[in-house]
Amino acid sequence: MTMSDDTRLAMQGTIEALTAGDGSEPVVVNLGPQHPSTHGVFRLKVTLDGEIVQDAEMRIGYLHRSMEKLAEERSYTQNIPFTDRIDYLAAMSNNLAYCLAAEELLGVEVPPRAQAIRVMFAELQRVASHAMANGTFINDCGAWHTPLFHMFRDRERVLDMFEMTCGARLTTNYMRIGGVAFDLPDQLLPTLEQFLADMPENIANYEALLLENEILHARARGVGVISPEMAINSSLSGPVLRATGVPWDLRKANPYCGYESYEFDVPVGEQGDCFDRFLVRMTEVKQSLRILRQVVDTLPDGPYLADVPLHARPEPGESYARVESPRGELGFYLVSDGGPAPYRFHCRPPSLINLSALKEMSIGGTLADAIVTLGSIDIVVGEIDR
Amino acid sequence: MTDLAGLSSVLGTWYDFRDLNNLQRLITEWIADWGPDWLASIITGVLGALGILGVIGPTLLILIWVERKVIARFQQRYGPNRVGPKGLLQPVADAVKLILKEQLAPRAADKLIFFLPPVLIFIPGVLIWGVLPFGPRMSVADLNVGVLFLLAVSGTAVLVIFMAGWSSNNKYALLGAMRAVAMSISYEVPMVLALLTLVVFSGTMSINGIVQWQQQEDVIFILLFPLSAIAFFFAASAELNRTPADISEAESEIVAGYHTEYSGMRFGLFYAVELGNTLVVSAFIATFFLGGWWLWGLDQWVPSWIILLAKTGAVYFLLIWTRGTLPRLRVDQLMGFCWKALVPATLLFVVVAFVQRTLLISEGWDTTVALPIMAVFNIALSLGAIMLFARVARPAPLRRPARIRMAGADIGGLRAAREVAARREEPQLQVGGD
Repeated sequence: MTMSDDTRLAMQGTIEALTAGDGSEPVVVNLGPQHPSTHGVFRLKVTLDGEIVQDAEMRIGYLHRSMEKLAEERSYTQNIPFTDRIDYLAAMSNNLAYCLAAEELLGVEVPPRAQAIRVMFAELQRVASHAMANGTFINDCGAWHTPLFHMFRDRERVLDMFEMTCGARLTTNYMRIGGVAFDLPDQLLPTLEQFLADMPENIANYEALLLENEILHARARGVGVISPEMAINSSLSGPVLRATGVPWDLRKANPYCGYESYEFDVPVGEQGDCFDRFLVRMTEVKQSLRILRQVVDTLPDGPYLADVPLHARPEPGESYARVESPRGELGFYLVSDGGPAPYRFHCRPPSLINLSALKEMSIGGTLADAIVTLGSIDIVVGEIDR
Repeated sequence: MTDLAGLSSVLGTWYDFRDLNNLQRLITEWIADWGPDWLASIITGVLGALGILGVIGPTLLILIWVERKVIARFQQRYGPNRVGPKGLLQPVADAVKLILKEQLAPRAADKLIFFLPPVLIFIPGVLIWGVLPFGPRMSVADLNVGVLFLLAVSGTAVLVIFMAGWSSNNKYALLGAMRAVAMSISYEVPMVLALLTLVVFSGTMSINGIVQWQQQEDVIFILLFPLSAIAFFFAASAELNRTPADISEAESEIVAGYHTEYSGMRFGLFYAVELGNTLVVSAFIATFFLGGWWLWGLDQWVPSWIILLAKTGAVYFLLIWTRGTLPRLRVDQLMGFCWKALVPATLLFVVVAFVQRTLLISEGWDTTVALPIMAVFNIALSLGAIMLFARVARPAPLRRPARIRMAGADIGGLRAAREVAARREEPQLQVGGD
């Protein structure tokens, strides 16, 4: 059967469904793999009754790069650049989670300055990633890119700081087993101070534009609701879980890199709808700035990298390390057989598991609601498919 | 009050560019000297049409640039700045690119019906310009039922849109076309009702007559019927498929709606007509509610068409502004807003207009005294209606505020969630609600 016959048949179904009156049939509409709203090559097959979503089927794998298998052929240090490409919007968090897992396996002690630098960049990454998430979310609600571009302006400044520190903007490859690759450059701290000074005003601007916007409320309130029980049962994490009211944040629950020494709060929502997810992200940015302020004020001196052999061979064993990435619980599971490369390299991507609740959230809503819900989950397809 | 007869005696020379009609009248008189009458009327008709096409063509090219620049400024960008001085030639470059591109058609498309819409959509888009009064005597066709013509012609565009969506054999296009039809039919109602208010109050269906009524009474209609003006503005922006009502080509949902399958200049034609319609709707909003070519006597010194263009530009900027700022409403919300808010509001003001017209005509109230009182009354009534709608018709989920609490040290599952929720302290962030 040729392509056109295929489409003709599909169209036949549509026409029959439209003309049949009472015996109408639902229409299957493909959103993706190439579609303006899917944030990458992700395919959502929705069955529509008019505009109402009856069923949603997720098809993933279009961006599969076989990272977990490739990692079994490379040494522990060589695997760090791979983690950049898993979640390319939060490369620093992924670097960090992988390095924590490798350090646990190797039993490496990380110097305090490196810990502080790691916290600094993980939080900067959170600011950048949430800017992107909220901007594209408003875009999915139908805004003409204006909030997105304003938030990109902040993300741009964060990426500039990444660039001056490690030379790369997106795929940073900055963390190392035992610390970070380079010490902070001289101009970073003044730039960061300026950024911290400017951000409150920018956030106030976004809040003035968005928080009381009646159309945004109408589009996002009560849409894509998930209950806290269901969220826990689906093992959701990150802002999607916290929007339901569950106060779960690994930076508090299982502190790493010295997060226990910084003061910050965990914002939680009430309804578990798209708007709460958006608000949780907005509030988390403020908390990240609060952490950044403390990191800058208490940045210790000392070495930025522990003395670790470049091609280390850990003892046989396994390790699992997890961090609170901008999207949720990001974990790396490493198994060593004593060789120079991991025997097994597994990533627990928050996007994939958060996405699994999309069907639950979108059935019964309209097509437009499904798009907004997908946007509010904040998926990164590179992380889903790996 | 402006003396129309006095104004006419000043006019009349061909170089008096305040009224371009003079030029046309001289040509007509010259032809009438040696030719038959029908030739004169044909030639003047063609001249008028060419004049309109000659104006809107270049205006559109400039407007594309203006819209992109203004939106870019909203978004902290520079906008087009590479092709030509300040990027002014960017629309030309885009048009050339679109013309050179391949014209694709889906293999399973209904070919004839697929090829026609990009051409047909031009007909209503250009016809509407015919009844727009650029000046006291500057409209190609000063119909005595101009309002009716306007509504009838603009209503036909939806048929063309449905042809495009249906024949494309594409589900996004079909969804977009169905949305467009449903929305156009719904939003025609408040549009008609808003214009009916003006027709009732001014007692004429001639568009130029409505402008002249505003001139004679020294008042613009937006002051007398603000809610009708707002309803007309919103309904028009819905008909134009512009954010916040661009559901029939919602990019994030159905890619490009009814013109998803059109490529090259076919898409370009849709795009051009859409922009042209935006311009003409701005012009009609300026004409109906802002006094058109009249501006408290300034129209005697400045060419009336320049005044109209300035007002059109102001309305157009408002349309760009809403587009650059607001998210999109959902289909059902848009329909609900039309039927539950705009239709009752405009209907209310039709009744108000009937009553006030009766007071003016039958009871013989003095307009200089009565009109300001009516304006104040109508503005208060509009504000009351808006506030009543905000209170009564707001959907239930929106009436509670959205709250963000701080968990602080409480970390855990459901029990911790309940503890945080039960805590007495005020939420850190609270937005929305009544």
